[in-house]
Amino acid sequence: MELLERFASGDLEAFEALFRQHQKEVYSWVVRIVRDSGIAEDLTVETFWRIYKSRSRFDPAGNFRAWARRIATNAALDHLRHSRRETGLPDDLPCANDADPTIRRETRDRIRGAFQELPAKYRLVATLALIEEEPYNNIAEAAGISVALVKIRVFRAVRMLRKKLNSLGLEVSAK
Amino acid sequence: MSSAENNKELKNLLKQAVAPAQDSELRRDLWPQMLRKLEEAPAPAFHVPWFDWALAAVLCAVLVFFPGSIPALLYHL
Repeated sequence: MELLERFASGDLEAFEALFRQHQKEVYSWVVRIVRDSGIAEDLTVETFWRIYKSRSRFDPAGNFRAWARRIATNAALDHLRHSRRETGLPDDLPCANDADPTIRRETRDRIRGAFQELPAKYRLVATLALIEEEPYNNIAEAAGISVALVKIRVFRAVRMLRKKLNSLGLEVSAK
Repeated sequence: MSSAENNKELKNLLKQAVAPAQDSELRRDLWPQMLRKLEEAPAPAFHVPWFDWALAAVLCAVLVFFPGSIPALLYHL
Protein backbone atom coordinates (compact mmCIF):
# COMPACT_ATOMS: atom_id res chain seq x y z
CA MET A 1 0.00 0.00 0.00
CA GLU A 2 1.25 3.48 -0.84
CA LEU A 3 2.41 5.83 1.91
CA LEU A 4 -0.50 8.24 1.44
CA GLU A 5 -3.02 5.43 1.49
CA ARG A 6 -1.52 4.05 4.68
CA PHE A 7 -1.62 7.53 6.21
CA ALA A 8 -5.26 8.02 5.23
CA SER A 9 -6.14 4.70 6.85
CA GLY A 10 -4.56 5.83 10.13
CA ASP A 11 -1.10 4.22 10.01
CA LEU A 12 1.07 6.12 12.52
CA GLU A 13 4.32 5.05 10.85
CA ALA A 14 3.12 6.47 7.54
CA PHE A 15 2.20 9.70 9.34
CA GLU A 16 5.68 9.86 10.87
CA ALA A 17 7.27 9.38 7.44
CA LEU A 18 5.14 12.20 6.01
CA PHE A 19 5.91 14.38 9.01
CA ARG A 20 9.64 13.92 8.54
CA GLN A 21 9.35 14.57 4.80
CA HIS A 22 7.35 17.77 5.10
CA GLN A 23 8.13 19.35 8.49
CA LYS A 24 10.91 21.61 7.13
CA GLU A 25 8.78 22.91 4.32
CA VAL A 26 5.77 23.55 6.56
CA TYR A 27 7.98 25.31 9.12
CA SER A 28 9.67 27.54 6.55
CA TRP A 29 6.27 28.55 5.15
CA VAL A 30 4.81 29.30 8.58
CA VAL A 31 7.84 31.21 9.87
CA ARG A 32 7.57 33.57 6.91
CA ILE A 33 4.03 34.41 8.03
CA VAL A 34 4.40 34.61 11.81
CA ARG A 35 8.08 35.68 11.82
CA ASP A 36 8.92 33.97 15.10
CA SER A 37 10.79 30.66 15.17
CA GLY A 38 9.27 29.38 18.45
CA ILE A 39 5.72 30.14 17.35
CA ALA A 40 6.45 28.66 13.92
CA GLU A 41 7.60 25.40 15.55
CA ASP A 42 4.42 25.21 17.61
CA LEU A 43 2.31 25.96 14.55
CA THR A 44 4.13 23.30 12.54
CA VAL A 45 3.17 20.73 15.17
CA GLU A 46 -0.37 22.14 15.27
CA THR A 47 -0.55 21.87 11.47
CA PHE A 48 0.41 18.19 11.53
CA TRP A 49 -1.99 17.60 14.41
CA ARG A 50 -4.80 18.99 12.23
CA ILE A 51 -3.53 16.89 9.33
CA TYR A 52 -3.59 13.77 11.50
CA LYS A 53 -7.09 14.49 12.79
CA SER A 54 -8.48 14.96 9.29
CA ARG A 55 -6.58 12.06 7.69
CA SER A 56 -9.78 10.24 6.81
CA ARG A 57 -10.86 13.17 4.64
CA PHE A 58 -7.59 13.16 2.67
CA ASP A 59 -7.72 11.70 -0.83
CA PRO A 60 -4.56 9.57 -1.27
CA ALA A 61 -4.57 10.52 -4.96
CA GLY A 62 -4.36 14.19 -3.97
CA ASN A 63 -1.41 16.49 -3.41
CA PHE A 64 -0.29 16.14 0.22
CA ARG A 65 2.16 19.04 0.00
CA ALA A 66 -0.51 21.49 -1.17
CA TRP A 67 -2.97 20.18 1.43
CA ALA A 68 -0.40 20.54 4.20
CA ARG A 69 0.45 24.07 3.10
CA ARG A 70 -3.19 25.08 3.14
CA ILE A 71 -3.69 23.69 6.62
CA ALA A 72 -0.47 25.43 7.75
CA THR A 73 -1.72 28.73 6.31
CA ASN A 74 -5.02 28.35 8.19
CA ALA A 75 -3.16 27.56 11.42
CA ALA A 76 -0.96 30.63 10.93
CA LEU A 77 -4.01 32.75 10.16
CA ASP A 78 -5.73 31.54 13.34
CA HIS A 79 -2.61 32.49 15.25
CA LEU A 80 -2.55 35.98 13.69
CA ARG A 81 -6.24 36.42 14.55
CA HIS A 82 -5.78 35.48 18.20
CA SER A 83 -2.43 37.10 18.85
CA ARG A 84 -2.92 40.44 17.12
CA ARG A 85 -3.81 42.31 20.27
CA GLU A 86 -1.51 40.34 22.54
CA THR A 87 1.85 40.15 20.83
CA GLY A 88 2.07 41.21 17.21
CA LEU A 89 5.47 41.23 15.62
CA PRO A 90 8.36 40.34 17.94
CA ASP A 91 10.33 43.33 19.24
CA ASP A 92 13.65 41.94 18.11
CA LEU A 93 12.49 41.47 14.56
CA PRO A 94 15.40 42.40 12.30
CA CYS A 95 15.13 45.33 9.96
CA ALA A 96 16.40 44.98 6.43
CA ASN A 97 20.20 44.80 6.19
CA ASP A 98 20.18 47.50 3.58
CA ALA A 99 17.83 49.68 5.64
CA ASP A 100 17.83 53.24 4.46
CA PRO A 101 19.66 55.26 7.15
CA THR A 102 17.45 58.24 6.43
CA ILE A 103 14.46 56.25 7.65
CA ARG A 104 14.70 56.58 11.40
CA ARG A 105 14.09 53.80 13.86
CA GLU A 106 11.01 55.58 15.17
CA THR A 107 9.57 55.68 11.67
CA ARG A 108 10.24 51.99 11.19
CA ASP A 109 8.57 51.24 14.53
CA ARG A 110 5.50 53.20 13.43
CA ILE A 111 5.33 51.32 10.16
CA ARG A 112 5.64 48.00 11.98
CA GLY A 113 2.99 49.07 14.47
CA ALA A 114 0.61 50.07 11.70
CA PHE A 115 1.30 46.81 9.89
CA GLN A 116 0.51 44.66 12.90
CA GLU A 117 -2.77 46.54 13.34
CA LEU A 118 -3.99 45.21 10.00
CA PRO A 119 -6.71 42.55 10.23
CA ALA A 120 -5.20 39.06 10.11
CA LYS A 121 -6.39 38.07 6.64
CA TYR A 122 -4.91 41.25 5.15
CA ARG A 123 -1.70 40.93 7.14
CA LEU A 124 -1.29 37.37 5.88
CA VAL A 125 -1.45 38.28 2.19
CA ALA A 126 0.47 41.53 2.67
CA THR A 127 3.31 39.71 4.46
CA LEU A 128 3.57 37.08 1.76
CA ALA A 129 3.04 39.38 -1.22
CA LEU A 130 4.78 42.60 -0.20
CA ILE A 131 7.52 41.48 2.18
CA GLU A 132 8.26 37.93 1.08
CA GLU A 133 7.43 38.64 -2.58
CA GLU A 134 5.66 35.32 -2.96
CA PRO A 135 3.81 34.95 -6.29
CA TYR A 136 0.08 35.64 -6.03
CA ASN A 137 -0.88 32.20 -7.32
CA ASN A 138 1.12 30.50 -4.53
CA ILE A 139 -0.59 32.69 -1.94
CA ALA A 140 -3.99 31.96 -3.47
CA GLU A 141 -3.38 28.21 -3.43
CA ALA A 142 -2.13 28.24 0.15
CA ALA A 143 -4.95 30.42 1.44
CA GLY A 144 -7.63 28.60 -0.54
CA ILE A 145 -8.81 31.76 -2.30
CA SER A 146 -8.66 33.04 -5.87
CA VAL A 147 -5.76 35.06 -7.28
CA ALA A 148 -8.21 37.92 -7.83
CA LEU A 149 -9.10 37.90 -4.13
CA VAL A 150 -5.42 37.91 -3.19
CA LYS A 151 -4.94 41.01 -5.35
CA ILE A 152 -7.96 42.67 -3.76
CA ARG A 153 -6.67 41.93 -0.25
CA VAL A 154 -3.20 43.26 -1.09
CA PHE A 155 -4.78 46.40 -2.54
CA ARG A 156 -6.93 46.90 0.56
CA ALA A 157 -4.02 46.19 2.89
CA VAL A 158 -1.93 48.83 1.13
CA ARG A 159 -4.80 51.30 1.34
CA MET A 160 -5.37 50.63 5.04
CA LEU A 161 -1.68 50.85 5.78
CA ARG A 162 -1.32 54.12 3.91
CA LYS A 163 -4.29 55.57 5.77
CA LYS A 164 -2.90 54.49 9.13
CA LEU A 165 0.55 55.88 8.37
CA ASN A 166 -0.90 59.17 7.19
CA SER A 167 -2.93 59.41 10.40
CA LEU A 168 0.28 58.82 12.35
CA GLY A 169 1.83 61.80 10.59
CA LEU A 170 3.91 59.81 8.12
CA GLU A 171 3.41 61.22 4.67
CA VAL A 172 2.89 58.38 2.23
CA SER A 173 1.61 59.55 -1.11
CA ALA A 174 -1.94 58.54 -1.82
CA LYS A 175 -3.57 58.39 -5.17
CA MET B 1 2.90 59.92 -8.93
CA SER B 2 1.13 56.82 -10.32
CA SER B 3 -0.64 54.23 -8.20
CA ALA B 4 2.04 51.66 -9.01
CA GLU B 5 4.77 54.05 -7.87
CA ASN B 6 2.80 54.77 -4.69
CA ASN B 7 2.58 51.06 -3.98
CA LYS B 8 6.28 50.63 -4.67
CA GLU B 9 7.09 53.44 -2.26
CA LEU B 10 4.95 51.88 0.47
CA LYS B 11 6.38 48.43 -0.24
CA ASN B 12 9.91 49.79 0.12
CA LEU B 13 9.01 51.50 3.40
CA LEU B 14 7.46 48.27 4.64
CA LYS B 15 10.47 46.22 3.68
CA GLN B 16 12.71 48.70 5.50
CA ALA B 17 10.64 48.21 8.64
CA VAL B 18 10.00 44.47 8.40
CA ALA B 19 12.74 42.51 6.70
CA PRO B 20 11.89 39.36 4.76
CA ALA B 21 12.50 36.22 6.83
CA GLN B 22 16.14 35.38 6.13
CA ASP B 23 16.50 32.32 8.33
CA SER B 24 13.58 30.05 7.64
CA GLU B 25 15.49 26.81 8.18
CA LEU B 26 14.13 24.38 10.78
CA ARG B 27 16.95 23.61 13.19
CA ARG B 28 15.58 20.57 15.00
CA ASP B 29 13.39 17.58 14.48
CA LEU B 30 9.86 18.30 15.72
CA TRP B 31 8.72 14.68 15.74
CA PRO B 32 9.25 14.21 19.53
CA GLN B 33 7.03 17.27 20.11
CA MET B 34 4.46 15.86 17.68
CA LEU B 35 4.51 12.50 19.40
CA ARG B 36 3.94 14.19 22.78
CA LYS B 37 0.93 16.02 21.37
CA LEU B 38 -0.47 12.80 19.95
CA GLU B 39 -0.06 11.06 23.31
CA GLU B 40 -1.56 13.95 25.28
CA ALA B 41 -4.57 14.22 23.02
CA PRO B 42 -7.74 13.27 24.88
CA ALA B 43 -9.44 10.08 23.83
CA PRO B 44 -12.52 10.76 21.75
CA ALA B 45 -15.40 11.41 24.11
CA PHE B 46 -18.11 8.76 24.27
CA HIS B 47 -20.95 10.36 22.43
CA VAL B 48 -24.57 9.44 23.08
CA PRO B 49 -27.06 10.75 20.50
CA TRP B 50 -29.73 13.08 21.89
CA PHE B 51 -32.44 10.70 20.73
CA ASP B 52 -31.12 7.95 23.02
CA TRP B 53 -31.23 10.34 25.99
CA ALA B 54 -34.82 11.27 25.11
CA LEU B 55 -35.78 7.58 24.87
CA ALA B 56 -34.19 6.85 28.24
CA ALA B 57 -36.04 9.81 29.81
CA VAL B 58 -39.38 8.60 28.41
CA LEU B 59 -38.72 5.10 29.72
CA CYS B 60 -37.86 6.41 33.20
CA ALA B 61 -41.03 8.54 33.22
CA VAL B 62 -43.14 5.53 32.25
CA LEU B 63 -41.57 3.42 35.00
CA VAL B 64 -42.09 6.14 37.62
CA PHE B 65 -45.67 7.04 36.72
CA PHE B 66 -46.82 3.53 35.77
CA PRO B 67 -44.97 1.11 38.06
CA GLY B 68 -47.37 -1.60 36.96
CA SER B 69 -45.60 -1.66 33.62
CA ILE B 70 -42.34 -2.93 35.19
CA PRO B 71 -43.33 -6.64 35.13
CA ALA B 72 -44.50 -6.29 31.53
CA LEU B 73 -41.22 -4.63 30.60
CA LEU B 74 -39.21 -7.35 32.34
CA TYR B 75 -41.29 -10.01 30.61
CA HIS B 76 -40.44 -8.52 27.20
CA LEU B 77 -36.71 -8.12 27.90
